[in-house]
Amino acid sequence: MRRSQLLAISALAVLFVAAVLSGVVSANSHATQYREMPGARPSAAFLLGTDELGRDRLVRLLFATRISLLLAPAAALAATLLAMIVGGIAGYFGGFWDRCIVRTIDLMLSLPWLFLLLAARALLPLNAPPIASLIMTYGLLAALGWAGPARVIRAGTRKLCESDFTLQAGALGCGRFRILWRHVIPNLKPILLAQLWTTIPIFILAEANLGLLGLSASEPFPTWGNLLRDLQSPFSLRPEAFAPLAVVMLSVACLKLAMPHQELHT
Amino acid sequence: MDDCLFPNTKSALATLPEARTAMRSCFKIVISRIATLGLTVLLGGLLTAVLVRFSPGFLVDERELDPRLDEASRRSIELEHSANQNVLAFYAKRLERMALHADLGDSPSLNRPISQLFQERFPVTVQLMAIGIAGGWALAFALALPSVMCRSRVFHGMAATFHQILMCLPAAAMALLVFDIGGPVRALVALVICPRVFEYVRNLLEEAYAQPHILTARAKGLGSGRILTRHVLPSVAPQLLALGGVSVSIAFGAAIPVEVLCDLPGIGQLAWKAATARDLPLLVAITFVVIVMTQVCNTVSDWAGFRGRQA
Amino acid sequence: MKRFFVLLAMLGLSSAGARAAQAPSELRFCLRADPKTFDPLLVEDDNSETIRYLTGGVLIRINRKTQQLNPELATSWNVDSQGRRITFHLRPNVKFSDGTPFSADDVAFTMKRLMDPETHSPAADPFRSSEVSPRITVSSPLTVSILFGAPVAGMERLFDQVAISSAKSPHKIAAVLGSYVVAEYKAGTEILLSRNSNYWKVDTNGVRLPTIERIRLEIQQNRDIELVKFRRGEIDLINSVDADTFDELTRLMPHSVLDVGVSLESEMMWFNQVASSPVPAYKQTWFRSTGFRRAVSEAINRADICRIVYRGHARPAEGPISPANQFWFNASLKPHPYDIGSSRKRLEAEGFRLRGSALYDSEGHAVEFSVITNAGNRNRERIAAMLQQDLQAIGIRLNVVTLDFPSLIERITRTFNYESCLLGLTNLDLDPSAQMNVWLSSAANHQWNPKQKQPATTWEAQIDKLMLAQAGDTRPEVRKRAFDRVQQIVSDEAPFLYLVTKNSLTAISPNIQNASPAVLTPQAFWNIDWLRKPLSTTESR
Repeated sequence: MRRSQLLAISALAVLFVAAVLSGVVSANSHATQYREMPGARPSAAFLLGTDELGRDRLVRLLFATRISLLLAPAAALAATLLAMIVGGIAGYFGGFWDRCIVRTIDLMLSLPWLFLLLAARALLPLNAPPIASLIMTYGLLAALGWAGPARVIRAGTRKLCESDFTLQAGALGCGRFRILWRHVIPNLKPILLAQLWTTIPIFILAEANLGLLGLSASEPFPTWGNLLRDLQSPFSLRPEAFAPLAVVMLSVACLKLAMPHQELHT
Repeated sequence: MDDCLFPNTKSALATLPEARTAMRSCFKIVISRIATLGLTVLLGGLLTAVLVRFSPGFLVDERELDPRLDEASRRSIELEHSANQNVLAFYAKRLERMALHADLGDSPSLNRPISQLFQERFPVTVQLMAIGIAGGWALAFALALPSVMCRSRVFHGMAATFHQILMCLPAAAMALLVFDIGGPVRALVALVICPRVFEYVRNLLEEAYAQPHILTARAKGLGSGRILTRHVLPSVAPQLLALGGVSVSIAFGAAIPVEVLCDLPGIGQLAWKAATARDLPLLVAITFVVIVMTQVCNTVSDWAGFRGRQA
Repeated sequence: MKRFFVLLAMLGLSSAGARAAQAPSELRFCLRADPKTFDPLLVEDDNSETIRYLTGGVLIRINRKTQQLNPELATSWNVDSQGRRITFHLRPNVKFSDGTPFSADDVAFTMKRLMDPETHSPAADPFRSSEVSPRITVSSPLTVSILFGAPVAGMERLFDQVAISSAKSPHKIAAVLGSYVVAEYKAGTEILLSRNSNYWKVDTNGVRLPTIERIRLEIQQNRDIELVKFRRGEIDLINSVDADTFDELTRLMPHSVLDVGVSLESEMMWFNQVASSPVPAYKQTWFRSTGFRRAVSEAINRADICRIVYRGHARPAEGPISPANQFWFNASLKPHPYDIGSSRKRLEAEGFRLRGSALYDSEGHAVEFSVITNAGNRNRERIAAMLQQDLQAIGIRLNVVTLDFPSLIERITRTFNYESCLLGLTNLDLDPSAQMNVWLSSAANHQWNPKQKQPATTWEAQIDKLMLAQAGDTRPEVRKRAFDRVQQIVSDEAPFLYLVTKNSLTAISPNIQNASPAVLTPQAFWNIDWLRKPLSTTESR
């Protein structure tokens, strides 16, 4: 294992443990408002200060990490896998399948899916826990976010289909599915991984923007997305308000570095 | 590959009857493409109409909260909204007006003809998208190429950090920061597109540079420029072109928050206003435009990719 | 060589001459969006209202500072004792912006068009006191009277919203009687208004008003960008500023911001009392109990909301009418006190019991309900979070649900699929008759339980009687007594929990002279005729 890989995995582990054990890191709850200290500067009692309602920023950030560190990559992974299946089938089989799938992708990219998200939110009971709304949002992002990458994967698959080793495999009598599974898909990994690292922050920011339409977790539930919304008014910002941005960037970078190196350059 | 527009063109031109056959098959392909486009547009419009019609809040109006309105005014507001209650009837009427009168209809929320709104706003969005795509790709290449060619860890780290910042910073914060320093707000779409294509571009270039024939060319002393233009770029062209087609969709998606945040009067801002007002005729018309745009760009990029592979 | 220097000198002189030329004085501020209409009778949104205010000439104007009625195109008027007929005596020698003379025929034309059901004018509804169309009589070129089918309470004030159009001008609604005319409109970008050269108003020295020659209205939705433009001097005023921005500007540009005092806007919450709603029966029982509603109200720390969410630029709300409404506010009312002890006592009296940290009703249900509010409004989301903590102190679990606005409206007006709602209230009209549809139990805006066939409670029946009585009387003191009683009943029964009343905050460049912001809209430029801006050569574009 490379040193950078080890460091990345350790950093992620520390982050996750700190998030899960946020109660040990600080006695404050993520929801408690210390109303005598709204917008307080970092201090011994509040390491990252407090937000506009007097809530401990650090505890809220750790709490948000607990959820977003799992949900955002999971949704991105699901979207990438869907894109792989759809794009792979289109590129590999070609012909009728390719035409149908390409038209479906074009439709998926053009339709206003926002209304589906609103309709899904309307179906959730009002007293459902905030996590339910968040899971629904990320689930729908995963179900809808595969279209663009599927096109790129389709192009990559078509190129691989014309390469020597796949032609040789075919000539040696390998079945179509075996060629797809054993030869084509493994060689798509660089594209798939690029898609994954790009999608994680896109989904986090999408969740933040969807929060403007009530499609994210409600108060007092913190998520990376709604903490990043504070950056939308940068004029009265303090340095500690950038902590969520730093944590998101660190998490995504560590996830990337944690992947075995040879898989990036097959 | 039956999505090729000019199959076997060179050899077909060798004899006249074969040339005529080639022309006929090209004609068939073009007609089939146009028919597919038409069908996709029709289906897309209908799906949009269904999505909007059955979204919560479609039949209500903010004006209903105004206590000054009497019962008759409320009834007329309700009637206005229920006019489009039947999706199929609405859609059929819309298509009839478009086909017979070339009329896209009026926007109920903005009280103006949709065609007029498009005429005013299209150039703004096209300009924004063009700057965004060109700028985004240029910036992505500017970050990826040195990172791959120089193989410098420091540069690699800096490019990766810059890319991460752009990926994770909300568009609203970027818009305000750019505006506050007096920067060109229209370049914001480039900052949104760049990180989305950077990873692909870098990975594709890394893969290409690791090819044996590139290593051989380097070992034999071929210049970097020549290697890049004659060997690397042609080999990654099909995938880059496919990504180019998707870039148009990404650019339009990025244009929406940029136009809304920076108040640029483009189609993206119009789409957002239409969505929040549940303006069905306007949303269907915008969907038509987006589908045509997406299909045309993707078809062109597919064709260009195919030609690239042939070459 | 000589010719070169002569040319250079000529260029220098001409540019100096250009620099010395006076550019027109121009007031610049932003609109949130394009106006939906330029027809003054069809105005429904704030942006169209701004255009109407600046270009429309009205018979009577409400002075936004004193809240008294000022004569404008009408030099005098009288309302008969029954409150059905109003007679206007018009100002002589007034012309529209295109030179067409103004007369009583124009008033008649405008009123006919206003009251025509085909026009669908929102400004017409308050005039419709009966099914009978009003009868308009032009007795002379400068005298017109309007007879309504039934008394119209507070009739004179309603004419502040009716801009007079010309019956004869070929330019139709483009010919105006106000201070400015629309000179240019670039959709999505800006609107340019230029001074109406035929405007009738003059100052004490006989100088024609307004002083400012042009108004440039930029279309700008983003408040942060609007703030940047104000800081750079690219715009001269921000009509309404939120508390965070106000504090920021106080720090950076202390002479350009003003807290005018309490406004007409407040935040409130109510419980769903609709019997046919999908809310479980046991929750409906809670919501219908006055004791429960008062207990919840007394558990809310309004002072904290004012201090934290509005940075001290708000005050705890007393009731439906803000103290800014000088005549109609019931000064004997006090905000519900923040008193956890009293709140717990009320809950106990209603059969609720605290077990550990959770409250249970007499049937053993844990007291938990949701509050819906519109997403994207940061202040409201903060208030909802504060309500969560406040209600936790009495054992109530509050779930906050933010929804996009159309979804929220659907729930509170159609499906009634909600438990409680947190929204804002703005009384655009000072007269309580404008709120008939809120207080009448049979009306659509009786939010907690609209369109009742019969009043569900005795106090709602009492409110119905009082509101109808005040609407049918022309005597201000009688109307005031009735409406004071309505406010008292609302405070006692708490169908709405009034939380805070916000202050009116504006930002105006110190360059603008005679600025005197008011709490009524348009706060910063209500006295546009009298505003002055020193001429500057850098202003011309």
